[in-house]
Order: sequence, then C-alpha cells, then structure tokens
Amino acid sequence: MARFEYLEPRTLRQAISMMERYGEDARLVAGSTDFLIRWRQGTWQPKIVINLQHISSLDKVSFTKKNGLRLGATATIQDIESNRYVRNYYPALATGATSFAGIQIRNLATIGGNICNASPAGDTLPALFAFGAECRIIGSDGERTVPLGQLITGPGQTSLKRGEILAEIRLPSPEPNTGSIYIKHSPRGAMDIATVGVASVITLRDGGNLCDNVKVALGCVAPTPILATKAEDVLRGKNLTTALIDEAASQAEASVTPIDDIRGSAGYRKSIVGALTKRTLERAIEMAQGNEISYQLQRNLAVQTAF
Amino acid sequence: MKKPLQLNVNGEGKQILVEPYSSLLDTLRDDIRLTGTKKGCDEGDCGACTVFLNGKPVTSCMVLAHSAHDADVITIEGLGNLDDIHPVQQAFVDYGGLQCGFCIPGLIMSATAFLKENPDPTEEEVRFGIGGNLCRCTGYSKVVEAVLAAAQNINNKR
Repeated sequence: MARFEYLEPRTLRQAISMMERYGEDARLVAGSTDFLIRWRQGTWQPKIVINLQHISSLDKVSFTKKNGLRLGATATIQDIESNRYVRNYYPALATGATSFAGIQIRNLATIGGNICNASPAGDTLPALFAFGAECRIIGSDGERTVPLGQLITGPGQTSLKRGEILAEIRLPSPEPNTGSIYIKHSPRGAMDIATVGVASVITLRDGGNLCDNVKVALGCVAPTPILATKAEDVLRGKNLTTALIDEAASQAEASVTPIDDIRGSAGYRKSIVGALTKRTLERAIEMAQGNEISYQLQRNLAVQTAF
Repeated sequence: MKKPLQLNVNGEGKQILVEPYSSLLDTLRDDIRLTGTKKGCDEGDCGACTVFLNGKPVTSCMVLAHSAHDADVITIEGLGNLDDIHPVQQAFVDYGGLQCGFCIPGLIMSATAFLKENPDPTEEEVRFGIGGNLCRCTGYSKVVEAVLAAAQNINNKR
C-alpha cells in the first residue's frame, strides 16, 4: 500500500487548484468507500488524496416543482434514500438507494462517487438515467452541464478532465401521473452487487392507460448503464395492455448483449432483464395510475430479504 | 508523516498522531487501544467494524481517520459494559445471539442504531436493518430474535 498525503479543501476553488497543482498524483474522494478498497488492493496509488466531503453546501439535496431535484455531489446515498421529495417524486431513485450496500456504507458513500466510479452495476445509476439526469461539472475554465450518458463513458471511466469536479446532479421535475421503481436482482439482498438492475419510469395521460412517456434503464448488461430504447418505443404513445408490456420486456431482453461473469451468465442476465423490465413497468404503471405503493412494500420489491 | 488528530471517542477527547492514510478502524484499535471494534474484511463488506460517527453507523474501515477530525465516535465500549449493560447487549446474551462472537460488536452497533430509528420493527425490517453485517455462525435467527426482544425491552422501560 503506497502512502499518501491527505488534503481537505473547504471550497470547490481550493479543490480545483489542488488538482491542478498535483495533476496525475492526486485522486479525489468523498465517502472513500470505493477508494479505500482499490487503494488497499494496490490498484490506485495516488500520492495525494483530496477529500471533497468537507466542502460546504456540496451535499445539499433540494427539490422544487420548477427546478426539479438537485443533488449535491457529496450527498450520501442515505441522505437521498431518506429524503421525502426523492421518495415522493423519484421512487426509482429512492429504491435504487435503498438497495445500495448496507446502512453503514449508505451513510458514507456519495451520489457523486457512485457516478464517477462509473460501475455498470452502480445501483443509483439506472434511475438517474431513466429520469434524464444532467451533471453540473466545475473546472478551472468554468462550468459545463452534460447528460449523465456523456459523463459516464465506460466501466470506471468518465469524461471528466483533469481539474474538473462533478458538483451537482439535476433531475427534471416529473410530470403528473408518473410512476417509477428500481428492482435489483442479486443473490444476497444487502451488501451484494447487482446481477441485473432495472429502473422504469412511466407517465400515463390523466393517470389512465395511454403511455405519454416511458424510460427503461438497465444496469449490469453493458459497459455502462443503458436505456432500453426498443422497449420504450413499444409502449410510447400506446394504450397499455398486458400483451404490450410483455412485448416491451421481450424487446429489452433481445436488445442486450451482457457478459458472463461470477454473478451470472449472459443468458441468465438476459432472462432477468426481461423479467425485471416487466415487473418494474407493472409497478410503475400502478403508481402512475394513482395506486399508492407503501414505501415499505417498494423497499421489499427492490431488495430481496437480506439473507 | 503522522499528523495530529482530535477525536471524541465515547465522550472522551483524544489527541493522537495518526498517519494520513490510516483508517478510523486502525486508529481506534491500534492508537486508542479500543479493540472491541473488530477488523473483519477491511473492505466495507462485513460490518464487524461498525461504530457511530456523529451518531450514524458507519464501517470504520472505510473512513479515513483524518476525515473524522473533531467527530463524535461511539464504539461498542461506549455503548455499555458489564456494570452498565446496554439493553441490546443484554438481549444478545439472553437470546444466545452469538456463537464465535467476532461479528457481534458490529451487529450490536447496527442493531442499536436501527432501533433508534425503528423502535417497533417487524422481523422483516430488522433483517433489512442489519443487512450490512455478516455473521457466519448463527444463521441470524437468534440475532434477529435478540434484536426484536431488545426492542420490546426498550419500549417496556419507556
């Protein structure tokens, strides 16, 4: 384990100038739950560690109907899971957060870290993709805002340039009559990485049967989380029927080319994509039609019994 | 190079010199000599190192010690002892919620934090609440019974 020096900037400006000063020798951390594992394994050996956790107001979570949801990059997964606006308006994000590791890690890990770690299996990512998250990035030359899909470019890879920091994640305010949920398939309920994770968000005209808009996002089946656009096309603008939902699930299943690994074979993953696409759509539709699903039930649906 | 660090551990101020890369877990065990907090996986998976950091349960192996400067830390030693045992500790004794015992300090910390937020839980909620702790002996049944009993005992005393 290579030794490092530890720095704690108080402002984003300070953090950016530290990154410029130390260049490739520096690594940013926030909750440090991904960092410390890779450091102990020897994969990451920075000389300088810059902790963003103590930058004031970088961890704020706020919601207005006009601006939607704004998540400071160092907001913890637990901050997000327990936020009433997230639970009310973005159930897929709340259930993504509730399925994430265990309480001890949720209290440390941050949303910005989950994004920048860029794991195909990141539990908050399918919901963020499905809600159309935009990422506000601040660097020495100013700031830019990009869709999440342009920030995450591959497993463990982002388009962040040296000296740039992800500062905020923005989710538009959901339309009325929108329902959503994330369901994670993993052998153990808690503390396990997803074999497949699916988030669906659907908006129904007047809470009836006509699908105005739908997003289905899939985790663990491609180098980054992806949108199942073919499945969405089956449903958008249509009056929903069981047959149509089945057709969307088959399209999602057929459209992915996952890999075999320790958590499941490619074929197994494909079947799970079909099953979870159907299941998330059915639940999201229930919610969009105004049938409330208690948070406890959502949590049970999203996370299997812990052991 | 070691740098000064101020921590409030179990209500006591501690000034120590700590390497910039030390975890809170190693600092508690090796520098402050509180070895009730256990090192299991050192990867944030097993929960044996759970302590309260500013009131919230965290895996102390995943916390850089210096990032916790000035923080309040409660370890299993601060929760209760033989003279003044915490109801959750007592319930684990009464219900045989342990075998080898290595995971128990972490489980008791998680269970205590969970019961603070959920004073009247169902079995399902208990299992979710302690999902971040691994035990390879008990199969969890006795642990869950102990946590449910602790909830009742705490509520009866109110």
